[in-house]
Amino acid sequence: MIATRLLITASPHLHAKDDTPTIMWNVVGSLAPLIAIATYFFGPSALLVIGASTMGAVLTERLLGKGTSIGDGSAAITGILLGLTLPAGMPMWMAFIGGAFGIAFGKVLFGGLGYNIFNPALFGRAFLQAAFPVAITTWPAVGGPLKWWSLRGDNLALPFMSAHSDAITAATPLGLMKFEAKSTDLFNLFIGNTGGSLGETSALLILLCGGYLAWRRYLNWRTPVSIFVTVALFSGILHALNATYPTPFFMLFSGGLMLGAVFMATDMVTSPVTNTGKWVFGLGIGVLVVTIRVWGGLPEGVMYAILLMNALVPFINKATQPRVFGTRAAKEVAA
Amino acid sequence: MSFFGLASREFRHGVHPPEYKELTATLPIRRMPYPREVIIPLRQHAGKPARLAVAVGDRVNRGDVLGEADGFVSVPVHASATGCVTKIGLYPHPDGSMDTAVCIAVEPFSPQVSRERVVPKWENLAPDEIVRAVQQGGVVGLGGAAFPTHVKLAPPRDIIVETIILNGAECEPYLTTDHRIMVEYPERVHLGARIMMRALGAKRVVIGVEKNKPDAIAALERTRPTDVDITILPLTVKYPQGAEKMLIKTVTGREVPSGKLPVSLGVVVQNVGSAASIAEIFDTGLPLLERIVTVTGPGIRRPSNLIVPVGTKLRDLIDSCGGLTDDAGEIVFGGPMMGNAIASLDTPIVKGTTGVVVLAKAQTREAATYPCIHCGRCLDACPVFLNPSMLGDYARMQRYEEMEALHLADCMLCGSCSFVCPSNLPLAQMFQASKSALRRVKTAKAGAA
Repeated sequence: MIATRLLITASPHLHAKDDTPTIMWNVVGSLAPLIAIATYFFGPSALLVIGASTMGAVLTERLLGKGTSIGDGSAAITGILLGLTLPAGMPMWMAFIGGAFGIAFGKVLFGGLGYNIFNPALFGRAFLQAAFPVAITTWPAVGGPLKWWSLRGDNLALPFMSAHSDAITAATPLGLMKFEAKSTDLFNLFIGNTGGSLGETSALLILLCGGYLAWRRYLNWRTPVSIFVTVALFSGILHALNATYPTPFFMLFSGGLMLGAVFMATDMVTSPVTNTGKWVFGLGIGVLVVTIRVWGGLPEGVMYAILLMNALVPFINKATQPRVFGTRAAKEVAA
Repeated sequence: MSFFGLASREFRHGVHPPEYKELTATLPIRRMPYPREVIIPLRQHAGKPARLAVAVGDRVNRGDVLGEADGFVSVPVHASATGCVTKIGLYPHPDGSMDTAVCIAVEPFSPQVSRERVVPKWENLAPDEIVRAVQQGGVVGLGGAAFPTHVKLAPPRDIIVETIILNGAECEPYLTTDHRIMVEYPERVHLGARIMMRALGAKRVVIGVEKNKPDAIAALERTRPTDVDITILPLTVKYPQGAEKMLIKTVTGREVPSGKLPVSLGVVVQNVGSAASIAEIFDTGLPLLERIVTVTGPGIRRPSNLIVPVGTKLRDLIDSCGGLTDDAGEIVFGGPMMGNAIASLDTPIVKGTTGVVVLAKAQTREAATYPCIHCGRCLDACPVFLNPSMLGDYARMQRYEEMEALHLADCMLCGSCSFVCPSNLPLAQMFQASKSALRRVKTAKAGAA
């Protein structure tokens, strides 16, 4: 009667549309405007650096990952995010190695997508910071006498050759604050017309892209909001006590805070799974960022703040288990 | 929805699968012709299976007992058609196993009139007599779980049941069985409610119906008796609104304590179809011999709401709905969220079969799975506030005792977590397997100690 071969699968037999690659590629798409504005401010150097770190990440995933894992888009996110945290004058080979290192040691070694403890992009960046401390803190100036199409540094340097950089550099707003006690115009900070890493300069655009992802529910808004509130409150109190400390607005819109809070701390794999946990996670990052910036030896602390909190995620998860239905003793809504 | 949680008693979390009810929601219930053969399993309910009471070669009338209730948490099974017992043996069971069933060759020219029976007047019966009659009638929860109905009508003596909730939520996509019962037989639902009130001594009845069934709500309101306290409560359309604990939360605002039964809150929940069945027992004297089944989905030519004799083979049911389409990919007994995929077309419809959903190939395409990315969507979906993500991690590592500490026992396998999982992990299936694995681990430990 029936020639059909019947399938047998487990319930539920219906499924919501979103799958993991959809989420990941949406994040990639939402990073495109950041790449565009980085290119606007830093010229072709931006594309070279981001391209190199992305190639490093994706090729390593292809080489070491599980066959098809390249298609889930997570390696591309790592590469692009890493590129966005690098200065425009970075030699391409360094960016490439950073991406490769992040994927190989930050992700594949732990078991691949879903099993890594640390954000692979920041893992790669931490490696670059240790290996090439000069290159990663040489910040080309925005604007200036350079033509748009000229390179902002020795992007094309050969591997392990000493790079000769005659590009015009400028200190970042955080560097100015830390080492020269100079502040930067807030409006320029907000739209991104300042020195800094490729993708971290425009707070406005990061918020717009993050807003899109939060609206599509591809990132959990609690993490960035928790970080912003913590940083604003903590630095606000410090500023009120001692006016030489930077204002909360400066703290929020300078450095990698926006990029870190919206795109790195919200990495699903390396952040807590519970909503309460996300508030705790954000609180920890916020406190660490302000602490490192104000009292630490470095001008910027977002990367280390997030990596440190990544390490605490299993404990945060354990401590913030949701209350199971029917387990709250005797606290009932009156019928 | 309320931002302050004051105005709303609604259960939290849950998911919104597409409803697909339009295929059968407006189709009147029709009676399918008797098949040539019915297969009646002795185990059609939670609890002990019925004890066989016939032998091969016996001639049975429609309504005769095939298997007796074996203890209190058990009900008899009856012959759903007049005919001859041709075989007693192992047949495919809707749960996927093979189980003992009685095969009856249906008499082709029988008028299928039952033997004369004494119909008791429920108004004159004591509560325990009602309970006995419901048990002898073989009534079980018709919403799918098939728990013997009479057991819930006989709570421990020290408990006072104040409220009976009739479950007309029907939150599973595709299914319109309860919907059509409420639209076409609202008086039976109300009569069943009255009988249950008498059996339990309950003061009020609340009939919960999801708002996507306005005609059912209107029919129940129109026929609502005024001498007893029966209210009809429209419910938000959300899965799993029809889960017992969720429905109690929505109706009373209270959570059934973990590990306890609803009766501990003085509440008893019964399916509207079960209520209608109880009414029918006291109306006709006939036990539960047939049930209403929605046969639907893109893979069936003529979606229908049918009155089906218990034991009808899937094959015959499909035939009376015009057959399968070329597109048919998977056949599910029950709703698509919690139902079982069926492997054999000889599987019989049993008392607990709420529907038969034939899904299209495109719907059943086995999706690629990815590792858990800890996105947390399952936590926002789980209606009992578990952490399916972490439970899934433990299930993979076979750490069942850690799962127990994370309240695995409170998982009711509703499938909301699997539904939302972007990595397509079969979480509910993993938890079901873990539950039995945990039982094995514990038995082994108890044996070793």
